[in-house]
Amino acid sequence: MQVYADNAATTKMSKAAIEAMMPCFEKFYGNPSSLHSVGQQAKEVLEDARARMAALLGCEPREIYFTSGGSEADNQAIISAARLGARKGKKHIISTAFEHHAVLHTLNRLEKEGFEITLLDVKNNHNITARQVRDAIREDTCLVTTMYANNEIGSILPIAEIGAICKEAGVPFHTDAVQAVGHIAIDVKAQNIDMLSLSAHKFHGPKGVGALYCRRGLMLTNLIDGGAQERGKRAGTENLPGICGMVAALEEAVANLEENTVKVTAMRDKLIAGLSRIPHCALNGDPVNRLPGNISFCFEGIEGESLLLLLDMYGISASSGSACTSGDLDPSHVLLAIGRVHDVAHGSLRLSLSHRNTMEEIDHILSAVPAVVEQLRGMSPVWRDLQTGKRTYIL
Amino acid sequence: MALYSEKVMDHFMHPRNVGVIENADGVGEVGNAKCGDIMKIYLKIENDIIVDVKFETFGCGSAIASSSMATEMIMGKSIHDAMELTNKAVAEALDGLPAHKLHCSVLAEEAIKNALKDYFDRNGIPYDAKQFPDCAHCAHCD
Repeated sequence: MQVYADNAATTKMSKAAIEAMMPCFEKFYGNPSSLHSVGQQAKEVLEDARARMAALLGCEPREIYFTSGGSEADNQAIISAARLGARKGKKHIISTAFEHHAVLHTLNRLEKEGFEITLLDVKNNHNITARQVRDAIREDTCLVTTMYANNEIGSILPIAEIGAICKEAGVPFHTDAVQAVGHIAIDVKAQNIDMLSLSAHKFHGPKGVGALYCRRGLMLTNLIDGGAQERGKRAGTENLPGICGMVAALEEAVANLEENTVKVTAMRDKLIAGLSRIPHCALNGDPVNRLPGNISFCFEGIEGESLLLLLDMYGISASSGSACTSGDLDPSHVLLAIGRVHDVAHGSLRLSLSHRNTMEEIDHILSAVPAVVEQLRGMSPVWRDLQTGKRTYIL
Repeated sequence: MALYSEKVMDHFMHPRNVGVIENADGVGEVGNAKCGDIMKIYLKIENDIIVDVKFETFGCGSAIASSSMATEMIMGKSIHDAMELTNKAVAEALDGLPAHKLHCSVLAEEAIKNALKDYFDRNGIPYDAKQFPDCAHCAHCD
Protein backbone atom coordinates (compact mmCIF):
# COMPACT_ATOMS: atom_id res chain seq x y z
CA MET A 1 0.00 0.00 0.00
CA GLN A 2 1.33 3.42 -0.99
CA VAL A 3 0.49 6.13 1.55
CA TYR A 4 1.44 9.70 0.83
CA ALA A 5 1.60 11.43 4.21
CA ASP A 6 3.85 14.37 3.41
CA ASN A 7 1.27 16.94 2.32
CA ALA A 8 2.94 19.72 4.29
CA ALA A 9 5.92 19.29 1.96
CA THR A 10 3.78 19.35 -1.13
CA THR A 11 0.50 17.99 -2.42
CA LYS A 12 -0.70 16.10 -5.45
CA MET A 13 -2.38 18.48 -7.88
CA SER A 14 -6.15 18.42 -8.06
CA LYS A 15 -7.87 17.60 -11.34
CA ALA A 16 -9.56 20.98 -11.20
CA ALA A 17 -6.17 22.69 -11.03
CA ILE A 18 -4.75 20.70 -13.94
CA GLU A 19 -7.84 21.35 -16.04
CA ALA A 20 -7.69 25.07 -15.29
CA MET A 21 -4.11 25.22 -16.48
CA MET A 22 -4.56 23.52 -19.83
CA PRO A 23 -6.36 26.37 -21.67
CA CYS A 24 -3.50 28.67 -20.66
CA PHE A 25 -1.11 26.54 -22.68
CA GLU A 26 -3.38 26.00 -25.66
CA LYS A 27 -5.62 29.02 -25.91
CA PHE A 28 -4.63 31.81 -23.56
CA TYR A 29 -0.94 31.70 -24.38
CA GLY A 30 -0.65 35.42 -25.04
CA ASN A 31 1.36 37.79 -22.94
CA PRO A 32 -1.06 39.74 -20.74
CA SER A 33 1.03 42.84 -21.36
CA SER A 34 0.54 42.67 -25.14
CA LEU A 35 -1.89 45.07 -26.78
CA HIS A 36 -3.32 42.67 -29.34
CA SER A 37 -6.38 40.60 -28.73
CA VAL A 38 -4.43 37.38 -27.99
CA GLY A 39 -2.60 39.24 -25.23
CA GLN A 40 -5.72 40.96 -24.00
CA GLN A 41 -7.54 37.65 -23.77
CA ALA A 42 -4.76 36.40 -21.50
CA LYS A 43 -5.03 39.63 -19.51
CA GLU A 44 -8.73 38.97 -18.96
CA VAL A 45 -8.00 35.47 -17.71
CA LEU A 46 -5.33 36.88 -15.39
CA GLU A 47 -7.60 39.56 -13.93
CA ASP A 48 -10.45 37.10 -13.57
CA ALA A 49 -8.09 34.84 -11.57
CA ARG A 50 -7.03 37.79 -9.44
CA ALA A 51 -10.63 38.70 -8.66
CA ARG A 52 -11.45 35.12 -7.71
CA MET A 53 -8.36 34.88 -5.50
CA ALA A 54 -9.33 38.13 -3.79
CA ALA A 55 -12.84 36.82 -3.15
CA LEU A 56 -11.36 33.69 -1.54
CA LEU A 57 -9.29 35.76 0.89
CA GLY A 58 -11.78 38.52 1.53
CA CYS A 59 -9.81 41.35 -0.06
CA GLU A 60 -9.85 43.49 -3.19
CA PRO A 61 -8.32 42.25 -6.45
CA ARG A 62 -5.81 45.11 -6.47
CA GLU A 63 -4.46 43.82 -3.16
CA ILE A 64 -3.34 40.51 -4.70
CA TYR A 65 0.21 40.23 -6.08
CA PHE A 66 1.10 36.97 -7.78
CA THR A 67 4.55 35.63 -6.94
CA SER A 68 6.70 32.57 -7.56
CA GLY A 69 5.57 31.07 -4.27
CA GLY A 70 5.49 31.45 -0.52
CA SER A 71 9.17 32.21 -0.01
CA GLU A 72 9.13 35.12 -2.41
CA ALA A 73 5.96 36.49 -0.84
CA ASP A 74 7.48 36.23 2.65
CA ASN A 75 10.66 37.95 1.54
CA GLN A 76 8.81 40.77 -0.19
CA ALA A 77 6.38 41.37 2.66
CA ILE A 78 9.11 41.55 5.29
CA ILE A 79 11.55 43.60 3.25
CA SER A 80 8.77 46.03 2.30
CA ALA A 81 7.69 46.58 5.91
CA ALA A 82 11.32 46.98 6.95
CA ARG A 83 11.97 49.64 4.30
CA LEU A 84 8.83 51.53 5.30
CA GLY A 85 9.81 51.29 8.94
CA ALA A 86 13.38 52.43 8.36
CA ARG A 87 12.10 55.60 6.70
CA LYS A 88 10.32 56.46 9.94
CA GLY A 89 13.26 55.39 12.08
CA LYS A 90 11.45 52.25 13.19
CA LYS A 91 13.74 49.26 13.05
CA HIS A 92 12.24 46.67 15.39
CA ILE A 93 10.51 43.52 14.11
CA ILE A 94 8.59 40.92 16.10
CA SER A 95 8.35 37.34 14.94
CA THR A 96 8.43 33.86 16.47
CA ALA A 97 11.19 31.34 17.09
CA PHE A 98 9.55 28.66 14.93
CA GLU A 99 9.03 30.53 11.67
CA HIS A 100 9.89 29.01 8.32
CA HIS A 101 13.41 29.79 7.07
CA ALA A 102 11.93 32.02 4.36
CA VAL A 103 11.02 34.36 7.21
CA LEU A 104 13.88 33.67 9.64
CA HIS A 105 16.63 34.06 7.07
CA THR A 106 15.09 37.29 5.77
CA LEU A 107 15.01 38.57 9.34
CA ASN A 108 18.65 37.53 9.81
CA ARG A 109 19.54 39.62 6.80
CA LEU A 110 17.72 42.63 8.25
CA GLU A 111 19.40 42.10 11.61
CA LYS A 112 22.76 42.43 9.87
CA GLU A 113 21.49 45.69 8.38
CA GLY A 114 20.82 47.03 11.86
CA PHE A 115 17.25 45.93 12.58
CA GLU A 116 16.44 44.53 15.99
CA ILE A 117 14.53 41.27 15.87
CA THR A 118 12.45 39.86 18.73
CA LEU A 119 11.61 36.19 18.29
CA LEU A 120 8.77 35.20 20.58
CA ASP A 121 9.29 32.09 22.68
CA VAL A 122 7.17 29.09 21.68
CA LYS A 123 7.95 26.70 24.52
CA ASN A 124 4.65 27.27 26.28
CA ASN A 125 2.04 25.03 24.62
CA HIS A 126 4.23 25.00 21.47
CA ASN A 127 2.49 28.18 20.42
CA ILE A 128 2.42 31.90 21.11
CA THR A 129 -0.26 34.04 22.70
CA ALA A 130 -1.53 37.36 21.44
CA ARG A 131 -0.45 38.72 24.82
CA GLN A 132 3.18 37.90 24.00
CA VAL A 133 2.84 39.98 20.85
CA ARG A 134 1.26 42.88 22.73
CA ASP A 135 4.00 42.84 25.35
CA ALA A 136 6.72 42.84 22.69
CA ILE A 137 5.39 45.80 20.67
CA ARG A 138 7.47 48.96 21.08
CA GLU A 139 7.36 52.50 19.76
CA ASP A 140 9.84 51.54 17.07
CA THR A 141 8.20 48.27 15.98
CA CYS A 142 7.68 48.37 12.22
CA LEU A 143 6.37 44.84 11.67
CA VAL A 144 4.85 41.85 13.37
CA THR A 145 5.31 38.73 11.25
CA THR A 146 4.05 35.39 12.56
CA MET A 147 3.17 32.28 10.68
CA TYR A 148 -0.50 31.34 10.54
CA ALA A 149 0.22 27.69 11.28
CA ASN A 150 3.48 25.88 11.81
CA ASN A 151 4.64 23.59 9.02
CA GLU A 152 6.39 21.05 11.24
CA ILE A 153 4.28 20.77 14.36
CA GLY A 154 0.91 22.07 13.17
CA SER A 155 0.24 24.71 15.84
CA ILE A 156 -2.29 27.31 14.67
CA LEU A 157 -1.48 30.76 15.97
CA PRO A 158 -4.13 33.19 17.33
CA ILE A 159 -4.07 35.24 14.13
CA ALA A 160 -7.26 37.28 14.58
CA GLU A 161 -6.20 38.31 18.10
CA ILE A 162 -2.71 39.24 16.92
CA GLY A 163 -4.28 41.15 14.03
CA ALA A 164 -6.49 43.13 16.42
CA ILE A 165 -3.53 44.00 18.65
CA CYS A 166 -1.42 45.12 15.71
CA LYS A 167 -4.25 47.23 14.34
CA GLU A 168 -4.69 48.93 17.66
CA ALA A 169 -0.97 49.57 17.95
CA GLY A 170 -0.71 50.73 14.35
CA VAL A 171 1.90 48.11 13.48
CA PRO A 172 1.72 46.29 10.12
CA PHE A 173 0.96 42.60 10.52
CA HIS A 174 2.20 39.96 8.06
CA THR A 175 1.41 36.29 8.27
CA ASP A 176 3.10 33.44 6.45
CA ALA A 177 -0.07 31.46 5.80
CA VAL A 178 1.51 28.87 3.52
CA GLN A 179 0.31 25.96 5.66
CA ALA A 180 -3.07 27.49 6.44
CA VAL A 181 -4.54 28.71 3.16
CA GLY A 182 -6.93 26.12 1.77
CA HIS A 183 -6.98 24.29 5.09
CA ILE A 184 -8.40 26.91 7.47
CA ALA A 185 -11.04 29.57 6.81
CA ILE A 186 -9.29 32.90 6.26
CA ASP A 187 -10.69 36.39 5.93
CA VAL A 188 -7.89 38.95 5.84
CA LYS A 189 -10.14 41.93 6.57
CA ALA A 190 -12.02 40.34 9.47
CA GLN A 191 -8.72 39.11 10.93
CA ASN A 192 -6.94 42.45 10.46
CA ILE A 193 -4.17 40.91 8.40
CA ASP A 194 -2.15 43.51 6.48
CA MET A 195 -0.03 41.09 4.46
CA LEU A 196 -0.37 37.37 3.84
CA SER A 197 1.81 34.90 1.95
CA LEU A 198 0.50 31.76 0.31
CA SER A 199 1.79 28.99 -1.90
CA ALA A 200 -0.28 27.03 -4.42
CA HIS A 201 1.36 23.62 -4.11
CA LYS A 202 0.35 23.30 -0.46
CA PHE A 203 -3.33 23.10 -1.42
CA HIS A 204 -3.20 20.85 -4.49
CA GLY A 205 -2.18 23.60 -6.88
CA PRO A 206 0.95 23.76 -9.03
CA LYS A 207 4.49 24.43 -7.79
CA GLY A 208 6.29 27.67 -8.54
CA VAL A 209 3.36 29.98 -7.93
CA GLY A 210 1.97 31.80 -4.94
CA ALA A 211 0.61 35.15 -3.92
CA LEU A 212 1.12 38.02 -1.57
CA TYR A 213 -1.93 39.85 -0.28
CA CYS A 214 -0.94 43.37 0.68
CA ARG A 215 -3.46 45.77 2.14
CA ARG A 216 -4.06 48.89 0.10
CA GLY A 217 -1.97 51.74 1.48
CA LEU A 218 1.03 49.61 2.40
CA MET A 219 3.83 50.27 -0.06
CA LEU A 220 5.61 47.22 -1.42
CA THR A 221 9.30 47.21 -2.25
CA ASN A 222 10.26 45.33 -5.40
CA LEU A 223 12.41 42.25 -5.11
CA ILE A 224 12.44 41.85 -8.87
CA ASP A 225 12.75 44.92 -11.06
CA GLY A 226 11.72 45.08 -14.68
CA GLY A 227 8.36 45.39 -16.36
CA ALA A 228 5.24 46.91 -14.89
CA GLN A 229 3.47 43.65 -14.07
CA GLU A 230 1.62 43.30 -10.75
CA ARG A 231 1.04 47.03 -10.41
CA GLY A 232 4.75 47.57 -10.92
CA LYS A 233 5.63 45.64 -7.78
CA ARG A 234 6.72 42.32 -9.23
CA ALA A 235 8.30 42.30 -12.66
CA GLY A 236 8.24 39.34 -15.01
CA THR A 237 5.65 37.94 -17.38
CA GLU A 238 2.88 36.44 -15.31
CA ASN A 239 2.80 32.65 -14.81
CA LEU A 240 -0.73 32.44 -16.14
CA PRO A 241 -1.03 28.62 -16.17
CA GLY A 242 0.26 28.51 -12.61
CA ILE A 243 -2.01 31.31 -11.46
CA CYS A 244 -5.10 29.70 -13.01
CA GLY A 245 -4.20 26.33 -11.52
CA MET A 246 -3.68 27.94 -8.12
CA VAL A 247 -7.00 29.76 -8.11
CA ALA A 248 -8.90 26.66 -9.24
CA ALA A 249 -7.21 24.58 -6.54
CA LEU A 250 -8.01 27.13 -3.87
CA GLU A 251 -11.62 27.50 -4.97
CA GLU A 252 -12.03 23.76 -4.67
CA ALA A 253 -10.25 23.64 -1.29
CA VAL A 254 -12.37 26.46 0.12
CA ALA A 255 -15.61 24.98 -1.24
CA ASN A 256 -14.84 21.68 0.50
CA LEU A 257 -13.15 23.15 3.55
CA GLU A 258 -15.64 22.03 6.18
CA GLU A 259 -16.08 18.56 4.75
CA ASN A 260 -12.32 18.05 4.37
CA THR A 261 -11.62 19.39 7.85
CA VAL A 262 -14.00 16.88 9.42
CA LYS A 263 -12.54 14.00 7.42
CA VAL A 264 -8.88 14.90 7.90
CA THR A 265 -9.27 15.77 11.57
CA ALA A 266 -10.80 12.36 12.28
CA MET A 267 -7.82 10.65 10.61
CA ARG A 268 -5.37 12.90 12.45
CA ASP A 269 -6.94 12.22 15.82
CA LYS A 270 -6.93 8.48 15.24
CA LEU A 271 -3.24 8.61 14.34
CA ILE A 272 -2.35 10.78 17.33
CA ALA A 273 -4.25 8.50 19.70
CA GLY A 274 -2.69 5.37 18.20
CA LEU A 275 0.89 6.62 18.05
CA SER A 276 0.66 8.04 21.58
CA ARG A 277 0.55 4.45 22.81
CA ILE A 278 4.17 3.94 21.73
CA PRO A 279 6.22 4.13 24.94
CA HIS A 280 8.43 7.17 25.51
CA CYS A 281 7.12 9.39 22.77
CA ALA A 282 5.69 12.90 22.80
CA LEU A 283 3.35 14.83 20.56
CA ASN A 284 4.88 18.01 19.17
CA GLY A 285 2.73 21.07 18.65
CA ASP A 286 -0.39 22.58 20.14
CA PRO A 287 -2.74 19.67 20.87
CA VAL A 288 -5.90 21.79 20.49
CA ASN A 289 -5.22 24.58 18.01
CA ARG A 290 -3.74 22.32 15.42
CA LEU A 291 -3.78 21.93 11.64
CA PRO A 292 -6.30 19.23 10.67
CA GLY A 293 -3.66 17.21 8.84
CA ASN A 294 -0.61 17.49 11.12
CA ILE A 295 0.79 14.70 13.27
CA SER A 296 4.24 15.27 14.78
CA PHE A 297 5.97 13.07 17.33
CA CYS A 298 9.36 12.57 18.90
CA PHE A 299 10.34 9.00 19.72
CA GLU A 300 13.11 8.51 22.21
CA GLY A 301 16.12 6.32 21.38
CA ILE A 302 15.88 6.39 17.59
CA GLU A 303 16.91 8.64 14.74
CA GLY A 304 14.48 10.09 12.22
CA GLU A 305 16.16 9.35 8.92
CA SER A 306 16.32 5.62 9.51
CA LEU A 307 12.69 5.83 10.60
CA LEU A 308 11.74 7.48 7.28
CA LEU A 309 13.72 4.95 5.22
CA LEU A 310 12.00 2.03 6.90
CA LEU A 311 8.57 3.65 6.58
CA ASP A 312 9.31 4.16 2.88
CA MET A 313 9.74 0.39 2.66
CA TYR A 314 6.19 0.12 4.02
CA GLY A 315 5.11 2.47 1.24
CA ILE A 316 4.69 5.39 3.62
CA SER A 317 6.03 8.83 2.63
CA ALA A 318 6.67 10.93 5.72
CA SER A 319 9.08 13.57 6.98
CA SER A 320 11.35 14.23 9.94
CA GLY A 321 13.11 17.13 11.62
CA SER A 322 16.19 15.00 12.17
CA ALA A 323 19.53 16.52 11.26
CA CYS A 324 20.35 13.56 9.03
CA THR A 325 17.39 14.24 6.77
CA SER A 326 18.55 17.74 5.93
CA GLY A 327 22.28 17.32 5.57
CA ASP A 328 22.48 19.83 8.38
CA LEU A 329 23.98 18.82 11.73
CA ASP A 330 21.38 20.33 13.98
CA PRO A 331 17.90 18.95 14.17
CA SER A 332 14.99 21.18 13.21
CA HIS A 333 15.01 24.67 14.75
CA VAL A 334 11.28 24.27 15.32
CA LEU A 335 11.73 21.24 17.58
CA LEU A 336 14.57 22.94 19.43
CA ALA A 337 12.43 26.08 19.79
CA ILE A 338 9.61 24.19 21.50
CA GLY A 339 12.15 22.81 23.96
CA ARG A 340 12.95 19.38 22.59
CA VAL A 341 16.61 18.63 23.32
CA HIS A 342 18.87 17.40 20.51
CA ASP A 343 18.75 13.78 21.69
CA VAL A 344 15.01 13.46 21.10
CA ALA A 345 14.65 16.05 18.35
CA HIS A 346 16.66 13.70 16.12
CA GLY A 347 13.92 11.11 16.55
CA SER A 348 11.03 13.06 15.11
CA LEU A 349 8.35 12.03 12.67
CA ARG A 350 5.91 14.27 10.83
CA LEU A 351 2.92 12.87 9.03
CA SER A 352 0.82 15.39 7.12
CA LEU A 353 -2.50 14.29 5.70
CA SER A 354 -4.86 15.52 3.03
CA HIS A 355 -8.47 14.68 2.19
CA ARG A 356 -7.08 12.13 -0.28
CA ASN A 357 -5.91 9.88 2.56
CA THR A 358 -8.21 7.12 3.80
CA MET A 359 -8.87 5.39 7.12
CA GLU A 360 -7.37 2.24 5.60
CA GLU A 361 -4.14 4.13 5.09
CA ILE A 362 -4.28 5.40 8.66
CA ASP A 363 -4.56 1.79 9.85
CA HIS A 364 -1.55 0.88 7.72
CA ILE A 365 0.48 3.72 9.29
CA LEU A 366 -0.69 2.63 12.74
CA SER A 367 0.61 -0.86 12.16
CA ALA A 368 3.88 0.22 10.51
CA VAL A 369 5.14 2.98 12.81
CA PRO A 370 5.18 1.01 16.09
CA ALA A 371 6.89 -1.91 14.31
CA VAL A 372 9.55 0.33 12.79
CA VAL A 373 10.15 2.18 16.06
CA GLU A 374 10.56 -1.15 17.84
CA GLN A 375 12.92 -2.44 15.16
CA LEU A 376 15.16 0.62 15.43
CA ARG A 377 15.06 0.67 19.20
CA GLY A 378 16.11 -2.98 19.10
CA MET A 379 19.44 -2.00 17.59
CA SER A 380 19.90 1.32 19.40
CA PRO A 381 22.55 1.57 22.12
CA VAL A 382 20.72 4.64 23.40
CA TRP A 383 17.55 2.63 23.91
CA ARG A 384 19.48 -0.13 25.66
CA ASP A 385 21.04 2.42 28.01
CA LEU A 386 17.62 3.90 28.71
CA GLN A 387 16.17 0.50 29.47
CA THR A 388 19.05 -0.57 31.69
CA GLY A 389 18.96 2.70 33.60
CA LYS A 390 22.35 3.95 32.38
CA ARG A 391 20.61 6.86 30.75
CA THR A 392 17.53 8.76 31.93
CA TYR A 393 14.39 8.96 29.84
CA ILE A 394 13.62 12.43 28.58
CA LEU A 395 10.18 11.61 27.21
CA MET B 1 15.14 5.71 -2.54
CA ALA B 2 17.98 6.77 -4.76
CA LEU B 3 19.65 8.56 -1.88
CA TYR B 4 21.72 5.45 -1.13
CA SER B 5 23.30 2.63 -3.11
CA GLU B 6 21.66 -0.80 -3.17
CA LYS B 7 24.44 -2.06 -0.91
CA VAL B 8 23.71 0.59 1.69
CA MET B 9 20.00 -0.18 1.56
CA ASP B 10 20.68 -3.92 1.82
CA HIS B 11 22.84 -3.46 4.92
CA PHE B 12 20.38 -0.98 6.37
CA MET B 13 17.36 -3.20 5.78
CA HIS B 14 19.14 -6.41 6.75
CA PRO B 15 21.88 -5.36 9.11
CA ARG B 16 24.44 -8.08 9.84
CA ASN B 17 25.72 -8.76 13.34
CA VAL B 18 23.23 -6.61 15.25
CA GLY B 19 23.21 -7.18 18.97
CA VAL B 20 25.29 -7.45 22.08
CA ILE B 21 28.06 -9.82 23.16
CA GLU B 22 27.80 -10.53 26.86
CA ASN B 23 31.27 -10.67 28.39
CA ALA B 24 32.84 -9.16 25.27
CA ASP B 25 36.62 -8.86 25.22
CA GLY B 26 36.46 -5.34 23.90
CA VAL B 27 33.67 -2.73 23.69
CA GLY B 28 33.87 0.57 21.86
CA GLU B 29 31.35 3.39 21.70
CA VAL B 30 31.66 6.58 19.66
CA GLY B 31 29.45 9.54 18.79
CA ASN B 32 26.78 11.12 20.95
CA ALA B 33 23.03 11.39 20.96
CA LYS B 34 23.16 15.17 20.66
CA CYS B 35 24.90 14.75 17.34
CA GLY B 36 22.47 12.10 16.18
CA ASP B 37 24.83 9.12 15.84
CA ILE B 38 26.05 6.59 18.38
CA MET B 39 27.80 3.37 17.45
CA LYS B 40 28.72 0.62 19.84
CA ILE B 41 30.90 -2.35 18.85
CA TYR B 42 31.38 -5.56 20.85
CA LEU B 43 34.32 -7.89 20.07
CA LYS B 44 35.00 -11.50 21.05
CA ILE B 45 38.70 -12.19 20.50
CA GLU B 46 40.51 -15.52 20.68
CA ASN B 47 44.23 -15.87 19.86
CA ASP B 48 44.28 -12.42 18.25
CA ILE B 49 41.40 -13.40 15.97
CA ILE B 50 38.02 -11.65 16.05
CA VAL B 51 35.78 -14.67 16.44
CA ASP B 52 32.61 -12.63 16.96
CA VAL B 53 31.52 -9.04 16.53
CA LYS B 54 28.20 -7.33 17.20
CA PHE B 55 27.01 -3.75 16.90
CA GLU B 56 24.30 -1.42 18.09
CA THR B 57 23.70 1.89 16.32
CA PHE B 58 21.54 4.92 16.96
CA GLY B 59 21.62 6.88 13.75
CA CYS B 60 20.62 7.31 10.16
CA GLY B 61 20.45 4.68 7.45
CA SER B 62 24.06 5.11 6.41
CA ALA B 63 25.25 4.89 10.03
CA ILE B 64 23.47 1.57 10.45
CA ALA B 65 24.73 0.30 7.08
CA SER B 66 28.30 1.42 7.84
CA SER B 67 28.29 -0.41 11.17
CA SER B 68 26.89 -3.52 9.57
CA MET B 69 29.44 -3.49 6.74
CA ALA B 70 32.34 -2.75 9.08
CA THR B 71 31.47 -5.71 11.32
CA GLU B 72 31.35 -8.00 8.29
CA MET B 73 34.74 -6.74 7.16
CA ILE B 74 36.48 -7.60 10.44
CA MET B 75 34.69 -10.82 11.33
CA GLY B 76 37.23 -13.65 11.45
CA LYS B 77 40.13 -11.26 10.84
CA SER B 78 43.15 -10.80 13.08
CA ILE B 79 43.17 -7.79 15.36
CA HIS B 80 46.07 -6.43 13.30
CA ASP B 81 44.00 -6.60 10.13
CA ALA B 82 41.08 -5.00 11.95
CA MET B 83 43.32 -2.13 13.01
CA GLU B 84 43.96 -1.49 9.31
CA LEU B 85 40.27 -1.02 8.46
CA THR B 86 39.70 2.48 7.11
CA ASN B 87 36.53 4.50 6.74
CA LYS B 88 37.35 4.71 3.05
CA ALA B 89 37.30 0.92 2.74
CA VAL B 90 33.93 0.80 4.50
CA ALA B 91 32.45 3.47 2.23
CA GLU B 92 33.84 1.75 -0.86
CA ALA B 93 32.47 -1.62 0.22
CA LEU B 94 29.07 0.06 0.41
CA ASP B 95 29.47 1.32 -3.17
CA GLY B 96 29.90 4.83 -1.84
CA LEU B 97 28.07 7.15 0.52
CA PRO B 98 26.71 10.65 -0.15
CA ALA B 99 29.35 13.25 0.74
CA HIS B 100 27.55 14.48 3.86
CA LYS B 101 27.25 10.87 5.06
CA LEU B 102 30.93 9.94 4.87
CA HIS B 103 31.05 10.81 8.55
CA CYS B 104 29.11 7.60 9.23
CA SER B 105 31.90 5.45 7.82
CA VAL B 106 34.39 7.38 9.95
CA LEU B 107 32.31 6.54 13.01
CA ALA B 108 32.38 2.86 12.06
CA GLU B 109 36.17 2.86 11.81
CA GLU B 110 36.46 4.72 15.10
CA ALA B 111 34.02 2.43 16.90
CA ILE B 112 36.03 -0.64 15.91
CA LYS B 113 39.33 0.97 16.89
CA ASN B 114 37.77 2.03 20.16
CA ALA B 115 36.73 -1.55 20.88
CA LEU B 116 40.23 -2.81 20.02
CA LYS B 117 41.77 -0.17 22.28
CA ASP B 118 39.51 -1.40 25.06
CA TYR B 119 40.78 -4.94 24.41
CA PHE B 120 44.40 -3.78 24.48
CA ASP B 121 43.79 -1.83 27.69
CA ARG B 122 42.11 -4.76 29.43
CA ASN B 123 44.93 -7.10 28.49
CA GLY B 124 47.85 -4.78 29.07
CA ILE B 125 48.83 -4.93 25.42
CA PRO B 126 50.97 -1.91 24.47
CA TYR B 127 49.89 0.27 21.54
CA ASP B 128 50.59 3.59 19.90
CA ALA B 129 47.96 6.03 21.20
CA LYS B 130 48.19 7.98 17.94
CA GLN B 131 46.46 5.11 16.18
CA PHE B 132 43.30 5.95 18.09
CA PRO B 133 42.01 9.39 17.25
CA ASP B 134 39.19 10.10 19.69
CA CYS B 135 35.92 11.86 18.99
CA ALA B 136 37.34 15.22 20.02
CA HIS B 137 39.52 15.23 16.90
CA CYS B 138 36.48 15.39 14.71
CA ALA B 139 34.69 18.66 14.12
CA HIS B 140 31.47 16.98 13.07
CA CYS B 141 29.48 17.92 16.16
CA ASP B 142 30.91 21.42 16.63
